[in-house]
Amino acid sequence: MKMDEETVEGIEVDLLLEALRRRYGYDFRSYARATVERRVRQFLSEMSVASIADAIPRLLHDESFAITLMQHFSISVTEMFRDPEVYHVLRSAVVPLLKTYPHVKVWHAGCATGEEVYSMAILLREEGLYERATIFGTDFNDAALQSAKAGIYPLQKIQEFTKNYQRAGGRRSFADYYHADYDSALIDSALKRRVTFANHNLVTDTVFGEMTLILCRNVMIYFNQELRARALRLFTESLVRGGFLCIGTREDLTFSEVVDAYEVVDAKARIYKKKAA
Amino acid sequence: MNTSRTHRAAVIGGSAGGLEALGALVVALGEGCPLVLVAVLHVHRTSSVALVAQSLSARGSIVVSEARDKEQARPGQLYLAPPDYHLLIERDGGLALSVDAKVRWARPSIDVLFESAARAFGKELIGVILSGANDDGSDGMAAIKRFGGLTLAQDPASALHAMMPLSAIERGVVERVAPIEGIAAILRARSGATEVER
Repeated sequence: MKMDEETVEGIEVDLLLEALRRRYGYDFRSYARATVERRVRQFLSEMSVASIADAIPRLLHDESFAITLMQHFSISVTEMFRDPEVYHVLRSAVVPLLKTYPHVKVWHAGCATGEEVYSMAILLREEGLYERATIFGTDFNDAALQSAKAGIYPLQKIQEFTKNYQRAGGRRSFADYYHADYDSALIDSALKRRVTFANHNLVTDTVFGEMTLILCRNVMIYFNQELRARALRLFTESLVRGGFLCIGTREDLTFSEVVDAYEVVDAKARIYKKKAA
Repeated sequence: MNTSRTHRAAVIGGSAGGLEALGALVVALGEGCPLVLVAVLHVHRTSSVALVAQSLSARGSIVVSEARDKEQARPGQLYLAPPDYHLLIERDGGLALSVDAKVRWARPSIDVLFESAARAFGKELIGVILSGANDDGSDGMAAIKRFGGLTLAQDPASALHAMMPLSAIERGVVERVAPIEGIAAILRARSGATEVER
């Protein structure tokens, strides 16, 4: 029987995802498929594995291979103060309202290697909110969380981070927030004090706590419709009334079931406020 | 003569000079073309693709818009990758964005779009490489060819920057080389919009 090559490859990916789910309990079937496939292909070519089918027996029997694969295709790339204009709006439109709370709880869902978590720590510190804030960064990828906790970034990225920080309305010198060491930049320990990183999987875990501000930027683009809907329900349940949700600048709530639960704070920055009732 | 529809989608990539070429292609497609059209142009991360889409829409009868995540791509419309995001096509024809690392210094990357589209549309896909001054797109064209799709390159002599089409041609993954009007004619014919080319 003749079958198109792309169909066969699709079956291989199905089987690989099924193997990961049944053997290790991680379900990537609800992730946006095209990117998962691309990352699988990329990983296998780096590991010189000839075909997707060849990887299946190996990941069933070799746990470290499977973990490396899952880490590889779940890591996302971000920067400090990515989309500076969003931080500008957070500062001007959200922070004044956060100041009315005795305690502020911020949740970065899908924080990857933590760049945006520390960006928020800097912003809250400059706004005098840091001491009454708790910032949570969660991800299901333990390797990413380890990097996030370490807060060490390549020095070559600092120039870009600094430019972003300035465009985001930063009030000091960005150099105040890190220590350069050879080719690395280490985030200042004062910024870590009120930050907690923890493992949380948006596919399987439930409400993480009662939050004042939730940021989940460029994470749900990696999900399919159902998983995205699940994550949005989770965020809506977690937010206090009047709490804020900030999503990626190319994501939107328009066609989601939770849209009526929010009013728009800033359409371009994708910042929403949970309605009182 | 019969019209026959052999292809469902075309993916288009361009860099330096690519916007001019894409504009000419939209004009040359005239009354339209019932293919799903998806394009990556290398643009600066702060540029407005929404404005580019608006100006392209005004030049022809094809509706041009910035691609939105999880949007279903429709025939006869042209979707442009937003700046600083990769654009992929799912097997069900849905559009998907990603912020994965740059590929050959580019995000959006032509290769990323083409490689996903090759798997989504197989032999019903056409890949088009326009003007550009780097070699993004060559791997993508190879993938399209491998999955049975048709590969076209803008005639380097007619491109503002020849390197991108030349690189794909030298890789041996381009089936037809044509100026913009020729590419438009092939797209229209393969979409069933006009008579089969002779």
